[in-house]
Amino acid sequence: MKPVNEVKMEFLSRSSNEGFARAAAACFAAQMDPTLEELGDIKTAVSEGVTNAIIHAYPNEIGKVMVRMRIFPEHILEIVIRDWGIGISNIEQAKEPMYTTGGADRSGMGFTIMESFMDTMRVRSQVGKGTTLTLRRRISRRLSHSE
Amino acid sequence: MPLSCKMDGRKMTALIAGEVDHHRAKQLMLDLERKIEISYPKELILDLSGVTFMDSSGIAVLLRTCRRMREVEGQFRVTQVPHQAGRVLRTAGLQKMMSITFSGEEE
Repeated sequence: MKPVNEVKMEFLSRSSNEGFARAAAACFAAQMDPTLEELGDIKTAVSEGVTNAIIHAYPNEIGKVMVRMRIFPEHILEIVIRDWGIGISNIEQAKEPMYTTGGADRSGMGFTIMESFMDTMRVRSQVGKGTTLTLRRRISRRLSHSE
Repeated sequence: MPLSCKMDGRKMTALIAGEVDHHRAKQLMLDLERKIEISYPKELILDLSGVTFMDSSGIAVLLRTCRRMREVEGQFRVTQVPHQAGRVLRTAGLQKMMSITFSGEEE
């Protein structure tokens, strides 16, 4: 299926870019006329995914993070967050609530939140090569807007 | 750092404003811990009414602050949680672990 619209951005894995990434995602999603709750969910999911890449993919170095957002017909928003970091050896374990390798500063709830805020979440990772996270969410069509 | 605290006897009210993400969480945790150490409150009320965004980094801040207040045998309550932050905290089941009042709910 061909996307209706697409945007791609790449930035360094600095924590100051977390706010930038979620704000950019919200701006791009705004053309789908989401509800405030949907917009909040998208921002939260992007924040979690990008934070994972910044903290876990590049624990001892600064690397690149790519975020690609696409809108598909049927009002579906797809967000891909990719890094070229250390990868995840056990994805199922990483997804478990409260599991974290980040110590007392982290809650281990990132994947759980992304899974419950988005319709689908797919994680692909190769140790030493990086991780690709794909999130999808159907945005509701509001009655006042007919296309 | 948009954290402001006021003391009323041994009761401390801490107001957090702005976005709480990984970028800000660590400093916020340290600031809260320092305030607890200095003032040694019997009760800490964390007012989140000024929070414009919160992700799972905020969960760690609340859990750690809650643990610290238990260590000093004080009461801990989280109040005025805005909608978006509320969805994050509820997903983690935090309302089962500490006293939380969500915005729009009766106190």
